[in-house]
Amino acid sequence: MRRFALVVGLIAVAVGAGRMARPDLVGAEVAAPAPATTEETRKILHLLSRATYGPRPGDVARVQAIGVRAWLEQQLDPRRLDDPVVAKEVATLTSLTLPIDAMLKEYPRPARDVREKVASGQMTRQQAMEAYPPQKRPYRIVAELQAAKAVRAVSSERQLEEVMVDFWFNHFNVNAPKGVVKWYLTAYERDAIRPHALGRFRDLVRATSRHPAMLFYLDNYLSVRPDFTMPFGPQRGKKMGLNENYARELMELHTLGVDGGYTQQDVTEVARAFTGWGIERPQADGRFVFRGQVHDRGEKLVLGQRIPAGGGQDDGERVMDILVRHPSTARFVAAKLVRRFVADDAPASLVDRVATTYLRTDGDVKAMLRTILTAEEFYANAAYRAKIKRPFEFVVSAVRALDGTVDARGGVALARAAGAIGEKLYECEPPTGYPDRAEAWVNPGALLARMNFGLALASRRLDGVRVDVGALVPPGDREQPAMVMDRLLARVLPGEPAAATRQVLLAQLDDPQIVRKTPDDRGPADTDVATLLALVIGSPDFQRR
Amino acid sequence: MVTRRTFVKGGACALVALGSAPRFLLRAAAAAEGQRKVLVAIFQRGAVDGLSMVAPYGDRSYATGRPGIAIQAPRRGESERSVDLDGFFALHPALAPLMPLWENRSLAVVHACGSPDTTRSHFDAQDYMETGTPGVKSTPDGWLARAVKALPARGSAFRAVALGPSLPRCLRGEIGAVAMQNVADFDVRPGPNAAARQGFESMYEQGVRDLLYGTGRETFEAVKLLKSAGVARIAPQNGAEYPNGRLGQSLRQIAQLIRGDVGVEVAFADVGGWDTHVGQGNEKGQLANRLTDLGAAIAAFSRDLGDRMADVVVLTMSEFGRTVAENGNRGTDHGHATAMLVLGGNVHGGKVYGRWPGLAREQLFEGRDVAVTTDFRALFGEVASRHLGVASAASLFPGWRGPQAPLGLFA
Repeated sequence: MRRFALVVGLIAVAVGAGRMARPDLVGAEVAAPAPATTEETRKILHLLSRATYGPRPGDVARVQAIGVRAWLEQQLDPRRLDDPVVAKEVATLTSLTLPIDAMLKEYPRPARDVREKVASGQMTRQQAMEAYPPQKRPYRIVAELQAAKAVRAVSSERQLEEVMVDFWFNHFNVNAPKGVVKWYLTAYERDAIRPHALGRFRDLVRATSRHPAMLFYLDNYLSVRPDFTMPFGPQRGKKMGLNENYARELMELHTLGVDGGYTQQDVTEVARAFTGWGIERPQADGRFVFRGQVHDRGEKLVLGQRIPAGGGQDDGERVMDILVRHPSTARFVAAKLVRRFVADDAPASLVDRVATTYLRTDGDVKAMLRTILTAEEFYANAAYRAKIKRPFEFVVSAVRALDGTVDARGGVALARAAGAIGEKLYECEPPTGYPDRAEAWVNPGALLARMNFGLALASRRLDGVRVDVGALVPPGDREQPAMVMDRLLARVLPGEPAAATRQVLLAQLDDPQIVRKTPDDRGPADTDVATLLALVIGSPDFQRR
Repeated sequence: MVTRRTFVKGGACALVALGSAPRFLLRAAAAAEGQRKVLVAIFQRGAVDGLSMVAPYGDRSYATGRPGIAIQAPRRGESERSVDLDGFFALHPALAPLMPLWENRSLAVVHACGSPDTTRSHFDAQDYMETGTPGVKSTPDGWLARAVKALPARGSAFRAVALGPSLPRCLRGEIGAVAMQNVADFDVRPGPNAAARQGFESMYEQGVRDLLYGTGRETFEAVKLLKSAGVARIAPQNGAEYPNGRLGQSLRQIAQLIRGDVGVEVAFADVGGWDTHVGQGNEKGQLANRLTDLGAAIAAFSRDLGDRMADVVVLTMSEFGRTVAENGNRGTDHGHATAMLVLGGNVHGGKVYGRWPGLAREQLFEGRDVAVTTDFRALFGEVASRHLGVASAASLFPGWRGPQAPLGLFA
């Protein structure tokens, strides 16, 4: 048994090495009727399909070499994994390290008169943009972030961290096109999300609550005590007041969940607690500031707990403590994690255990992930290939399956492809973030976009995305179409492609447009590898993980 | 007799292969069956402020709670203030392009309309409005899907269609609706090797009937139908000019589908940007810009379809309204009832429907919001039964007994 697993592993390594291996030998191994996948390989493939952006050739063997448990611990401690490919590629994206004030200088907003002309329709967005040199245009901020996200998802060794950065970004979603959020976005992901992606939930809530991106996106920077009147300046005498937006979403979407047991009164009280949490000169500094003079100093009552008068900035911290320790939050966060990693309909038994882990460890993300990724429910048959890949997961997993790489341009191309399938990175308008359920992603338009991505990738029409389709099948082998097909299936769909899909693909080999015949029509002369590959990428089976 | 179903399933593919455009045949088939009615639903996501969209300037409490954002009462010859409807309500000036439709009595307003559920969560309220079951989260399908299902079966992949990246909740269900971002891109782009389309189609024809395979099959049916009808080539008629925003482009394409006679019965488009917590504006500003887009898009749609609007009803909806008083940031927070627009078909327009609950403090819901006097199900149900011809509107909304009295929207 173990010996067989080793052989399978070696094959995987050999296939991964591609050109180094003797093609005839590898071909013979792979073209044999698809080897029955061992239970262990299946488990590893399942783990890779959930804890990474999809297996690369050779990944199964790599996990086998150190053991599943050790691999998981490596992924949970990403600082100890070298990541040279990513470091090199990401270093070319200069905006990623800029603080917010430098970002506002480097990529200046269009002047006020230009913005007004755009708003009133006297000028198109395009015209406004063209008034600035390309390297200074604000859209580049989002383009560089998209590029970095795709490069990391495709190439990073720290896969679980990338998966969790994406998960928490959606959990604490902000939307690039809203106002000045774009200029804060890079810092938001870098400073508020990434450092805590495998850390503590409390730290994620704290870091996002005080980040200018969140303060702006959910309007809290404008929320002041109800009796406050502007004492000076052009707005002098203007009455201002509470803005409930952040307070409501903090409870509904970030912590308790909509059924977590809070009332409209709680929303108002939480909004009062966060009055004065603002942004210092939003268009120039973009730093968090607490303004005592607009803070509501009165007593607050949140979920039955009293926050005494005069607490100042600490009121917000007290609120977060109450929310984060609440059992509803434990359940809400647990259910979302289980839905992401296990199944759309999260098994209740596992949600309970993850919630218990949350409460026991004070919201330790690593501990919750351990509970999930070692659970019986995680490895149950019901969970195997049960999730539909989200668009970005789908495009990245295809590049990874082909052992491909992307540069910055390629990253943007992948982001654009994900957008065409329905997931525009950093541009999800509602604070829910993108949904994690199949119904949201499976529909005719999106399926066509997925097939078209398969075609574009396989025929290498995507700038900056490097996949070596030629190396998949040495030219001589193209005369053996069935072998080509099994080679592609083994590469893109390791494990068990549905028999039906294989059958249909076999039938395609009779199509003279896919397999060209020799001039005397007696045998196959050449196989259109790119089209076959596109079919495999666009197949129903590859939409699952 | 060749029914539409057998024709589409059998003959259309062959005609596609020959490159002919059998629109005249499709139209003939449609005519043989009796012209189908079309409902176009527009969801204003984010909760539109009904008090600005259709301002109750005749209510003495209206302007007092909104010193910075109330819409000015209409004055003859000053259309930049607002446009009078009936001496009590006025249309936001940005919606002036809809006035001809009000004047020719094809546009009606239902005010103080909303959900009996009191949630102020956008996402729950949208779900409730789309499933048609306020307060019940477990409803698996949407009310528009149920409405289509309740109508006589017709063999078109396009009976229900949504313009956008995903299928909205209201169209999920047993009818297999199409979601598409763009009519022109709705196809496999195989590059040099046309065999790819056939390959994909075969793959998705196989396998068990699950979400993925089922959707795949519908996809290819829809692709063929769209091509055979030449939908992407249908240009706006009657000089209609759609605005460039997402809603305008969605409605332009819905009009193409209707004109292409591909069998649309329910079409859906949504548009965001209504969650005006900050700097809502009054006659001008953020909300006015959104309304300009809405008004221009609906006016263009109605103009484009011309006489065909006799078979088409457009219905706007939003998950709830906004607070009666403006907040500290010249915006409004989440409220309760809002206003909805209905136009086209046999709508008896030129009238604001629904009982006005009043805006004096003691009349407000929970002391802050416009009270709901028309359950949204009463409105949706009346449109489904009187326009689409659904036999029992109440059955579209499980757990509901139907309205005490109909609104009387249809002539």
